[in-house]
Amino acid sequence: MKRVTLFAGHYGSGKTNLAVNYALELARAGQKTLIADLDIVNPYFRTRDSEDELDRAGVEIIVSPYANSNVDVPALPPEMYRVTDDRAYHAVVDVGGDDRGALALGRLSPALREENNYDMRFVVNFYRPLTQTAEAALGVMREVEAASGLRFTGILNNSNLGAETTAADIRAALERARRLSERAGLPIVGTCAREDLAGALSDIDNLIPVRLRFRTDWAIF
Amino acid sequence: MADKVLMKGNEALAEAAIMAGCRHYFGYPITPQTEVAAYLSKRMPQIGGTFLQAESEIAAINMVIGVASAGKRVMTSSSSPGISLKSEGLSYLAGCDLPALVVNVQRGGPGLGGIQPSQSDYFQATRGAGHGDFHMLVLAPASVQEMASLVFKGFDLADKYRMTTMILADGTMGQMMEPVSLDMGEVQSYDKSWAVTGTQGKRRHNIVNSLSLLPEELEQWNIARYERYHTIEENETMVEKFMADDAEIVVVAFGVAARVARNAIVAAREKGIKAGLIRPITLWPFPKKQLRDAAKHAKAFVSVELSMGQMIEDVELSIRCARPVLLCSRVGGMIPTPEEVLAKIEEAARTGGDEA
Repeated sequence: MKRVTLFAGHYGSGKTNLAVNYALELARAGQKTLIADLDIVNPYFRTRDSEDELDRAGVEIIVSPYANSNVDVPALPPEMYRVTDDRAYHAVVDVGGDDRGALALGRLSPALREENNYDMRFVVNFYRPLTQTAEAALGVMREVEAASGLRFTGILNNSNLGAETTAADIRAALERARRLSERAGLPIVGTCAREDLAGALSDIDNLIPVRLRFRTDWAIF
Repeated sequence: MADKVLMKGNEALAEAAIMAGCRHYFGYPITPQTEVAAYLSKRMPQIGGTFLQAESEIAAINMVIGVASAGKRVMTSSSSPGISLKSEGLSYLAGCDLPALVVNVQRGGPGLGGIQPSQSDYFQATRGAGHGDFHMLVLAPASVQEMASLVFKGFDLADKYRMTTMILADGTMGQMMEPVSLDMGEVQSYDKSWAVTGTQGKRRHNIVNSLSLLPEELEQWNIARYERYHTIEENETMVEKFMADDAEIVVVAFGVAARVARNAIVAAREKGIKAGLIRPITLWPFPKKQLRDAAKHAKAFVSVELSMGQMIEDVELSIRCARPVLLCSRVGGMIPTPEEVLAKIEEAARTGGDEA
């Protein structure tokens, strides 16, 4: 396991949810863990939404003081440097979406390359409109790499249709994930499935049961 | 491949615009609708369309007037403060009888307000989008699917009646993700022989103009426009009803407030209160007749809004104040909870009948 794990990819692919889950997993396994929210593009759907649970698990959160507030200020706190400087910690980094979102990572990438102890996971949902094919996803991957100055090390297949996802939907996207893996020369480090679907998909390699984090007050319609 | 994609509301409305044949977008970024521009900046170049980030909202709406004059489908989008800036252009679009699609993904106000969701531009959209006597068709989506389908329909209505369709969404609708089917059907074509596209020396030139120095003529333009509005009120009003047919407490809500209200209505029915929902999909034309009919069996109405109480005036006017109308609202970016709506339904059930 590498000391730093970065979650990057297309806007709305599920990076924050997976990063929060992973940080909780590390902390519960007894690792000193911090999670850094590097998103300077989208002021909504942030790690801070899970603040209470992260606190309880002992995960330290580094996030803009403006996230989830009523202002939209693309600022990062100076504590962000703990990702590279505080090597006693496992750092989980939730990168902003697309190349625009990944630009802020460029500030940390020289130190990350120098330490050379990181995994960068390309989170992809083949049901998102601009990454519906392996080729389109590869394009986003290359753009993020160019903007961040870092190479991806693995693919996290998070293909889903939100609350409507079926096991068949997840199976139907496997072929595209394999094709992306071939084209990019990177392993599929995990295929995500909502917890209640995991049983029906247990034959898939590296299946990751995912607990969803969103409000359900008005989810039903 | 599944026939659905997982989209944000802002992305869904942008893609639906493309499917409706819109190839011209002019805008200026503002949270919470920036994804419309971000999405179209990637998609328009792929299909030979025009994405242009204007120097301001005012410039963008005037570019919309230009393309609309040429008879092409065109849109702009913004959020509350940006719509205020477009106000003059909206009035000119009406005065020139031009079709256009304008999106408002509302945020908290007044002033710069905040970036969390709101519905407090209801008056602006339905009553005061700009100077002069005019209306826009105002459509209020309550799901990501409707963000797409109402944009598609909105372009048709705009062309059919030569007027602006406004999509009045809120920040929640713009930001939330849901699976969407983009099977929108055929694009309708409408007569645009009025467009200024060049005469090739074969016909008299067309004029697109909102200026008339003859009061008699200007009066006739206004009267003709309002005859068209009357036709729209007769034919284009859209509502969705939920458990409303026998409802004694009729909840009226649109957009995200309607989603919250549905949960509350189910909870109220479980408690033995005959509650139901009338969700206006068109805010202009407002479903006056449907509410008037509901007043025949209703004891009281509850208007659920993310404003200090704007649509409630249309509810009261529609039913001629024949029943009490209670307000359940949160503002400033806050969203009422189903529990708050339920409490208001219970209050209406306790007291509503007596006050009538």
